[in-house]
Amino acid sequence: MKWKNYLIMFSMLFVIWLLLNNSLEAEVMLLGLGVSLVLPLLLCGKCEVFTNLSFSPKAILYSFMFLFTFIVELFKANFDVARRVLSPSLPINPGIVEVKTKLKSKIGRVILADSITLTPGTFTLELVGDSLFIHWIDVKSTDVEESTRLIVEKFEKYLEVMYG
Amino acid sequence: MDNNLMEIIGGAIAIGGSIFLLLGSIGLIRMPDVYNRIQAGTKASTLGTMLSLVGLFFIFPGWFGKLMVLILFVLITNPVSSHTLARAAYFIKIPLTKITKVDKLKEHQEIDESRNAHLRKVKIKKEGE
Repeated sequence: MKWKNYLIMFSMLFVIWLLLNNSLEAEVMLLGLGVSLVLPLLLCGKCEVFTNLSFSPKAILYSFMFLFTFIVELFKANFDVARRVLSPSLPINPGIVEVKTKLKSKIGRVILADSITLTPGTFTLELVGDSLFIHWIDVKSTDVEESTRLIVEKFEKYLEVMYG
Repeated sequence: MDNNLMEIIGGAIAIGGSIFLLLGSIGLIRMPDVYNRIQAGTKASTLGTMLSLVGLFFIFPGWFGKLMVLILFVLITNPVSSHTLARAAYFIKIPLTKITKVDKLKEHQEIDESRNAHLRKVKIKKEGE
């Protein structure tokens, strides 16, 4: 399991190096290869961030679907902000609600919380155990299950397959 | 000719991004409290910055790699920083606006506190015996 983390870390570093340098010369590639081989060994003593990451075809398909949903939600969030900011009456109805998540892995929860932050009218304030506390600009329901259905589920169904 | 077209497309996308940034900053002025300001600020600044960078890509296609890394960086760090700011604001007890409808986190903390107080009492009692 440690080697899986190491490999993912190495490939991420190497891809970022290639993108930053924007060239395929042998010297540049070799230097990047060396640095990204050594760095994870030094810094990644007991990495377990990527342990639950799944590479089955279904997970890869779901990753793309997740990305698509996420970008659509990001645009919706911005038009939502624009509408609220520009209307003279400032239509807000804020509150902090509690939602539950089924995700177990740390990285899955982080990505869920980040996605919630960038979707229309919600952001994550605090994470306690398996409940997320969310500031909602337009509270539609104070019930835990109802707000879980409205806020979390659209992302959770993808993240469950990707990270478990 | 083709080059010109790319420049126009890139410029249009970058202007779209800056409009979102402008709306976000209007939101910062108009919203009533810290939390609602963060709501407006985070979303607008994320998409605004991303669109500006995508527009830049159309004008300078050679910068693809660096722009990709920048977009990724903005996408990862922006929500994290706004979450941290909001959390810090909440824990130093910056008040929510008056029209706030519900505060589940406060209820949660109160339950926690009363349980802790109870546990402390039980402990003191045991030590006394």
